[in-house]
Amino acid sequence: MTSTAATEAEPEKVQLDSEYKHARPLTSCIWDSQSRYVFFGAEDNLVHRYDPKEKSSTSFTVHDSWVRAMAVTPNGELLLTGGYDGRLAWWLAAAEKPEAIRVVDAHQGWIRALSISPDGATIATCGNDRLVKLWNANDGKPIRELKGHESHVYNVGFSPDGKTLVSCDLKGFLKSWDMSNDLAARDIAKIEALHKYDTTFRADIGGARCIGFRPDGTQLAIGGMTNVTNAFAGVGEIAVGLFDWNQGKLIQLLEAKEKIRGVAWGVAFHPDGFWMALAGGGGGGWLYYWKGDTDNEFYKFKLKNEGRGMSLTSDNNRLAVAHADSHLRIYRIKS
Amino acid sequence: MKCMYSCQSAEHLSSRRSFLSGMAAGSMGVAASLSPGLGGLLTANPVIAAQLKSGSKRILNVFLHGGVSQLESWDPKPNTDTGGPFRAIPTSVPGIHISELLPHTAKQMHRLSLIRSLNTKNGDHGRGQIEMTTGRKRIPGTDYPHLGAVVAKSLTPENFPLPGHILIRGAGSGSGSAAYLGPKYSSVVMNEGKPPEYTARPATLTVEDDQRRNAFRSKVNDRFASRRRTADTDSYTYSYDQALDLLAARDVFDVTREPKSDQERYGVSEFGQHCLLARRLLEKGVPFVQVNHSNYDTHHENFDFHIEQLGEFDLPFACLVADLADRGMLEDTLICVMSEFGRTPKINSRYGRDHWGTAWSVLLGGAGIQPGALIGKTNDNGTEVVDREVDHGHLFHTILQAVGVDSTGEFDVGGRKYPIADPAKSSIKELIA
Repeated sequence: MTSTAATEAEPEKVQLDSEYKHARPLTSCIWDSQSRYVFFGAEDNLVHRYDPKEKSSTSFTVHDSWVRAMAVTPNGELLLTGGYDGRLAWWLAAAEKPEAIRVVDAHQGWIRALSISPDGATIATCGNDRLVKLWNANDGKPIRELKGHESHVYNVGFSPDGKTLVSCDLKGFLKSWDMSNDLAARDIAKIEALHKYDTTFRADIGGARCIGFRPDGTQLAIGGMTNVTNAFAGVGEIAVGLFDWNQGKLIQLLEAKEKIRGVAWGVAFHPDGFWMALAGGGGGGWLYYWKGDTDNEFYKFKLKNEGRGMSLTSDNNRLAVAHADSHLRIYRIKS
Repeated sequence: MKCMYSCQSAEHLSSRRSFLSGMAAGSMGVAASLSPGLGGLLTANPVIAAQLKSGSKRILNVFLHGGVSQLESWDPKPNTDTGGPFRAIPTSVPGIHISELLPHTAKQMHRLSLIRSLNTKNGDHGRGQIEMTTGRKRIPGTDYPHLGAVVAKSLTPENFPLPGHILIRGAGSGSGSAAYLGPKYSSVVMNEGKPPEYTARPATLTVEDDQRRNAFRSKVNDRFASRRRTADTDSYTYSYDQALDLLAARDVFDVTREPKSDQERYGVSEFGQHCLLARRLLEKGVPFVQVNHSNYDTHHENFDFHIEQLGEFDLPFACLVADLADRGMLEDTLICVMSEFGRTPKINSRYGRDHWGTAWSVLLGGAGIQPGALIGKTNDNGTEVVDREVDHGHLFHTILQAVGVDSTGEFDVGGRKYPIADPAKSSIKELIA
């Protein structure tokens, strides 16, 4: 009889599994839902599909600007990409010679994030035009425009049960939209810690740089930058606002014990019982681990370079990180 | 100890301090007694009327503080290793493309020109600010006059009732020094767009008391002058008279007097209202107006902040260019948009760009400038100038010559000669109309 008992993730045993050198700095990455490929964006207006087995990549060409917003449908068939050119594109994720099967001029200005509903039927996008938009994933037709944010909408995400969509903007205003009740809007909170108007430089800094639900839907994490003392030099630290989603209340601000400059560019709940966040910024690249019951991390792991995006495999064993030094690195979280 | 500019001429003895203290002593009642409205007052003022009628040149300098990125503005390099995420868009001049962050300015490009080949060899804020506005290499212990001071001295008509050199800025510090030209030509600052300090009658001073006080001062002055008149006393009297004229024209600093439709068109941002204020001042004949816009020092998240800052800059600036043209003022008003330097082509790990003076751009237009011209060139990814390299010295000569000032000449200050601009540099002749 073979043992099938899974090992527990041991953060202190995280290790670099492999790395892939690209020609330009990376901006984002995402595993496909079957963990066959990592799709990544870079400072080259392209989307790339990296095959870890072959250690090679294939380029997807349609955007006219950088791409940070990506998602793969639950069945792994389609890749959706949203660019800073405002375009939303549909691709066959595994196509040998990828061509966009549909391109829509979705937003005025940048698309900053997108999310696919758990049933794969609906796509949500958000951007600099202060709008959240819903699209039919099958035919690309617009469903609804959701208005209410008064600054750039930085992130959007569906709850695990698909009943709620959340969005958060530059100024930290978090809204929810009821998918089962005509998209009724609800103002959840202003996450004060994740926004600042810098009076010296006369500009806003902040926003939800990453978003993640706990798979059981009980918690929502919104990550970004806090304690900013100089917006234009990036003097601030990472922070993740953790919400009790049943009550819609902020229950914890997860911060770094040691004040290292950076922004939280990725957040995810690991089913072994902890939140993970990726930091990139003036203080280098770090992976932080929080239990969620105290402010500070119980462990942090130094990465080779600044992180700009991260994604866990569906089995939660490996983590892909898009790095500023033009590398895609894959870390083993648990054996 | 006498200052080096104490040449006994009235203009050098009329200091900014006495000018402003004179204003502080003045009366709103003077204004009321002269004219019921600003328009009537100013057109009734023969000096302003003559200034406008003569087609005297004026300069608007927009200073983008912190160092605007040339790649996100005037010299985009899309889809290169340095280009960043923004696209280039066509302008009203065929063949000239600028960043997509400037759609309104792009429509005014036929009235403007670009210099894409500045190499100022500097990445220091303080030095850049001084060198770009004085046209000289900064040498410790040596002060050169700000462009505004040079223009005020060269183009302000005698007895002009308004300051010749006005700086409109947000809250903060900084002003334009006149150095050896004397404080009369230093900038009068409109901090947060508010009227200069000491231009309102103190609340504790009644109109009647103020009038009595001025009458007494005039009487004593006249008595003194009848026996012991000197350049000093003339200058003293002049400063008071000028201050009273300015008090009477105080409404010129009030942007809320502009039509509501224009206030809306320029937008609610501070910079928008400052642009409208600049139009108002230029329309009243002020020879030099600088509008500061802050801030572009984007070492971190350069692209987000340029969306924010240039988003605020673009529409009001384009409105101002269009309005100056529509009102027939552009041929007499030179426009310059400058910074202390540009930003690095290399994008750092925080999506930022750092200081860079090696290959960057400045925008010019209006009076004496060839419209729609493109001077100089950088290489494919903007890391170096490959054609017609110029610096702040060339720019300074060009601006002055375009408004009719012989920049190769000298100022005579107390018998001492000062070159108006750097004698080692020359104008960009092909840019001058």
